[in-house]
Amino acid sequence: MILLLLILIPFVTGLISFTWKHSSVKSWALGSSLMTLAIAFIACLVNRQAPLAYDMPWIASLGARFSLYGNGMSVILALLTAIVFPVIFIAQLNKTVEDAHRFYGLMLLSQAGLMGVFLAHDLLLFYFFWELALIPVYFLCSTWGGERRIPVTFKFFVYTFLGSLLMLAGIIYLYLQTPGRTFDWETIRQTGASLPALQQCTVFCLFFIAFGIKMPVFPFHTWQPDTYEQSSTPVTIVLSALMVKMGLFATVNWLVNILPEGTAYWTNTVMILSVIGIIYASLLAMVQSDIKRLIAYSSIAHIGLMSLGIFANDPGGIAMNGLVVQMFNHGINITGMWLIVSMIEQRYGTRNLRELGGMAGSAPTMAIALVIIAFANIALPLTNGFIGEFMLFHGIFQSENPYHITFMVLAGLGVIFGAVYTLNMVQKVAYGEAKTAAIVSDVSKNELFGLIIIIGLIVLLGVYPRLLFGIIG
Amino acid sequence: MKDLVYLVPLFPLIGFLINGLFWKSMPKKISGLLASVAMLASFAVSLGIFFEIKNNPAAGGVVHLFDFIHSGSLHIPFAFQVDALSSLFLLIITGVGFLIHVYSTSYMHDDPGFTKYFAYLNFFVFAMLLLVLGANYVIMFIGWEGVGLASYLLIGFWYKRKDYTNASKKAFIMNRIGDLGFLVGMFLTLYHFGTASYGELFPKLIAGLPEGVSGNTMNAIAICFFIGAMGKSAQIPLYTWLPDAMAGPTPVSALIHAATMVTAGIYMIARSSAVYNLAPIAQSLVAIIGLATALFAASIALKQYDIKKVLAYSTVSQLGYMFLALGVGAYTSAVFHVMTHAFFKALLFLGSGSVIHAMGGEQDLRFMGGLGKKMRITQITFLLGCLAIAGIPGFSGFFSKDEILAAAYAKNPVYYYLGLAGALMTAFYMFRLYFYTFTGSFRGTHEQEHHLHESPAAMIIPLVLLAILAVVGGYVGLPEVFSEHHLLNEYLAPVVQNFDVHHLTHETEWMLMGLSVGLIVVMILLAYGRTKKPDFKENTGIAKVLENKWYVDELYDNVIVKPMKGLAVVLDKYAERSGIDGIVNGVGRLVSWGSNRMRLLQNGQVGTYIFAMVVGVVLLLAVGLLIVG
Repeated sequence: MILLLLILIPFVTGLISFTWKHSSVKSWALGSSLMTLAIAFIACLVNRQAPLAYDMPWIASLGARFSLYGNGMSVILALLTAIVFPVIFIAQLNKTVEDAHRFYGLMLLSQAGLMGVFLAHDLLLFYFFWELALIPVYFLCSTWGGERRIPVTFKFFVYTFLGSLLMLAGIIYLYLQTPGRTFDWETIRQTGASLPALQQCTVFCLFFIAFGIKMPVFPFHTWQPDTYEQSSTPVTIVLSALMVKMGLFATVNWLVNILPEGTAYWTNTVMILSVIGIIYASLLAMVQSDIKRLIAYSSIAHIGLMSLGIFANDPGGIAMNGLVVQMFNHGINITGMWLIVSMIEQRYGTRNLRELGGMAGSAPTMAIALVIIAFANIALPLTNGFIGEFMLFHGIFQSENPYHITFMVLAGLGVIFGAVYTLNMVQKVAYGEAKTAAIVSDVSKNELFGLIIIIGLIVLLGVYPRLLFGIIG
Repeated sequence: MKDLVYLVPLFPLIGFLINGLFWKSMPKKISGLLASVAMLASFAVSLGIFFEIKNNPAAGGVVHLFDFIHSGSLHIPFAFQVDALSSLFLLIITGVGFLIHVYSTSYMHDDPGFTKYFAYLNFFVFAMLLLVLGANYVIMFIGWEGVGLASYLLIGFWYKRKDYTNASKKAFIMNRIGDLGFLVGMFLTLYHFGTASYGELFPKLIAGLPEGVSGNTMNAIAICFFIGAMGKSAQIPLYTWLPDAMAGPTPVSALIHAATMVTAGIYMIARSSAVYNLAPIAQSLVAIIGLATALFAASIALKQYDIKKVLAYSTVSQLGYMFLALGVGAYTSAVFHVMTHAFFKALLFLGSGSVIHAMGGEQDLRFMGGLGKKMRITQITFLLGCLAIAGIPGFSGFFSKDEILAAAYAKNPVYYYLGLAGALMTAFYMFRLYFYTFTGSFRGTHEQEHHLHESPAAMIIPLVLLAILAVVGGYVGLPEVFSEHHLLNEYLAPVVQNFDVHHLTHETEWMLMGLSVGLIVVMILLAYGRTKKPDFKENTGIAKVLENKWYVDELYDNVIVKPMKGLAVVLDKYAERSGIDGIVNGVGRLVSWGSNRMRLLQNGQVGTYIFAMVVGVVLLLAVGLLIVG
C-alpha cells in the first residue's frame, strides 16, 4: 500500500492540477510532492525490515498484474525521485510559468511514471510506466523551452520512441515464451534465463538499445546535450537526475537479472562503449562554452562509469552497491548544478562561459555553492560523489573480467578530465573580473533553501554514507 | 590521551566551520584569533600525545571513530593511527601551523578576504591532519585530496587575477594525475590483500613476500603510490605546479607549499616502508627520480629573479633529497629532513613575506638590495635559515642532509656525488638570494625605499621562534661520529626503521663531511663574489634556458595540453556533429518525410497523437482497476 501511494499521490494530484487554473497550483504541487516525500521516507524505513510489495490483478486477459516491489535499488531511486521534485518546486516558487496548471500537471504525472518504473514488478506495468514518465516530458520540452525546442524535442522523441518500440518487441517476445502467459518478474526471469544463448543475445539488444538511449550510452547520446540545453530547468532536472536512472535501473532489473547469457555475451561490448563514452564525453565537455551542454557531457561521462559498474560483476558485488549509491548521489549533485545554472542564467542573461565571470565578487553565496557542488561533481572525498565513485572503481577493479585493470584505469582518466572541465567552468563563472556592469543579486530565500538541502545532503552522505547503505541493505 | 586524538583535527574543523559559515559578519580580530587559538589547542593535544608515546611507545594504537564505508566485503573504518610517525607529523603541522596562523593575522590584515583566508587555512590543517592520522589508505586519501582542495582555494585566493586562478587549476589537475596512481595502488592493495588498513596490511609484509603475491605486484603497488607522491610532493614529471603555486599569499606558501602539504608524499612512503622494502625496483625508481628532481630544480633556482620562485624551486629540490633518502631505504633520514626543512623553509618563506610586505608587494630581486639596514631581524633570521639549508655544521639542515648523503654514499657513491652537486647549487642560490636581498645598496624606487620598515611583532616573533628551531632542530639526530644516540631514530624505531642502510666507517664519514662542508663554504664565497656588483644583463645560452625553467611548461603545453584540446575540438566538430548526429538527423528527416506523406491523411500534429496515446493508456489503467474493483 505504501508503494502504491508513491504512485497514486502524484498521479491523482497531477490530474487535479490540470483543472487548477490559478497560480496557487505551485503550492498544490509542492504540497503533493512533500506528501510523497514523507511516504518515501516511511517506505525506506519500513523496507529495511522486509521488502515492501503490492499486488493486485490488472489486465486479467493478458495476465498482467498491478504488482509493485521494493528492493534496495528501487526504494533508493523512489526516494531520490521524492526528494528531487519538491526541490524543483521550491526553486519554482518565485518564478512564473505560462499555463502553470498544465505544467505542474505534467510534472506530477511524470513523477508518477518514474515511481512506477522503479517499483513495477510486472513487465507490462513497467512498460506502461516507462511511457507514462516519458510522454509528459515530450510536452514539457516542446512547450516550455528554448528557441530550438521543437526540432530538439522531435529528435528526443525519435530516439526514445525508437527505443520504446524495440523494447516492446522484446517484451512481447519474452511474454510469448512464458508458461501461462504472464509478465510477472520472477516468471520472466526464469523464462529469460532458460532461453537459448542466441535468443538471449537478440533480446538483449532489443532492450539494451532502449535503456542505452535513456542512460545514455555512447553512441546513443546525442539527443541529450541538445535536450538539456533547450529544456527549461525543471525539465532538465527531471531528465538528468531521474530519467537517466530509468535506463540504468532497467538495465539491472530487467536485463542483467533476466538474460544472464545475453549479458555475458555483450558485457565486453557494453564495457568498451562505456569507457569510450567516459573519455569521449569528457573531452567534449572541455570544449563546450554553454554551461548546460558542458554539464550534459559531464553527466554522460558519469553515466559511463555507472554502466561500467553494472557489467563489472565483481565477486563481492561492490560495484552494484556502488552503482546504487552513485545513482542517488549523481541525482542530488546534478540537481544542485542545474539550480545554480538557472540562477546564473536568470541573473546574467547568458549561459555562455565566455561572457560570464566574477561571480565570487558579485554573488559570493552562489559562488560558494557552485564550488561545493562542482567538487562533489568531481568526487572529492567527504562529498557524496566520492563514495559511489570509489565503490564503482573498486568493484570494476575486483571484477573477474580479464580486462578489469584496463577498464578501471581508462575510466579513471575521467577523474582527471573531470577536474579539467569542471574547474574550467568554475574559473570562468566565478573568478576573474565581472564582465557586466549590471548589479547582480545574490541568492533569494527560497533559492538558498533549495541549495542548503542539496549541500546538506552532499556533506552528510559524503561523511556518513552508512545512511544510504542502511536503505540498500 | 590517545583517545583524545580526534580533538586534534576537530579544533581546526570547528574554526573552519565558524569562520566559513559566518564569514559575512565575523569581525577580523575574532576570526584571526579563533583560527589561531584552534591551532594552539590542537598543538597542545599533539604535544600531550607526543610525550605519551615518547615515554611509552605502546600507548599508541588505532582509534576507531565510525564505519565509513561498509558494504559487503569492503570495509573501510574511519579510524586514526596514533604512533610515533603520526605524532611527529602532528607536532610539525600544528606547531609550524600555529606560528604561520599568528604571522598571517598581521600579514593578511588589510585583505578584504581576511575571514575567508582563515577559514581556508583551518580547513587545510584539518585535511592535513586527516592525511597523517588516517589508519588506512582511504582516510589518507581523504586528507590527500582535501589538502589539494585547500591548496587550490588558497593559490587562487586572489581570484580576480586570471594567472592566479590558472595556477590553482593547474595545481589541482596535476595532483589529480598523481591521485589516479594513488587510487590504482589502493585498489591493487585491496585486490591482493583484501585490506587497506595499515594494522592489517603491514604485519603480513614484515616477514617477507607473502605467499601468492609476486615481487612484481609489490613493485606495481609501490610505483602506483609513488605516482601519487610525485603529484603531491612535486617530483619530476609532475612538479611544475609548485612554482606556479607561489601565486598564493606568502604564509600559504610557507605552510602548504613548503612545510607540510608537499611532504605528504614522503609521509606516505615512510608510512608504507613495509611495502617499499619488498619492492626493490620501485625503490630505485624513487631514488633516481628524487635525485634527478633535486638536481634539476636546483639548476633552475640558480637563475630565478623572483624571491618566491627561488624558494619554490629550492623546495622541489629539497623534496627530491627526501625521496633520495626514501629510495635508499633511509626512511627516518627522510622524515628527519622533513622536520628540519619544515623549520628552515617556513622561516625562509615567512622571511621573504616580511621582505615582500616591506617592499609593497615587490618580489623581484633585481629591485631589492641593502634591506638588512632597515630590517635587521628579518635579515638575521633569514641568514640563519640560509645557513641551515646550505648545510653549515651546527645548523639543523646540516645534520639531516648529511645523513641523507651518507646513506646515499653507502648505497651507491654516484648517488652521493650527484647529491653533493645539488647541495653545492643549493648553497649558491640561497646565498645569491640572501646577498641580492639584504646586502649592497637598494635598487628599487625612492617611494619603496621610503616605505621600507621592519615588520610588526606578530610577524617577527614567529620568525624568531622558527629561526631558533632551524638552528637547534638538528640535535635530535646527531651523526654517529658525534653521539651514539640518535634520538629521532630511537623514537621512530617502533614504526619505521631504515632498511638495508650500510654503516660507514667513521673515517669515511669524516671525509665526506669535510668534503661537503669545504665545498659549500667555497660556493657561499662564490655567491658573495658574484652578487657584489649586481649586473642584470640579459641571460644567454644555458643561463637563459635555466631562467626559462628548461622550457618544461612550454613542452607540456605543446605535447599534451594543445593536442588534447585539438582532439576535443575535432571530435566535437566532426565525430559528434557531422558523424553521430548526422546519422541521427538523417533518420529523423526520413521519419519527417514519411510523416509528411501521412499528413495528407491525418491532421499531422505529433502532439495530438501523443495526447491520444496518453489518454488511451490512462483509460487502460482505469478500466483495469475498475474491472478488478
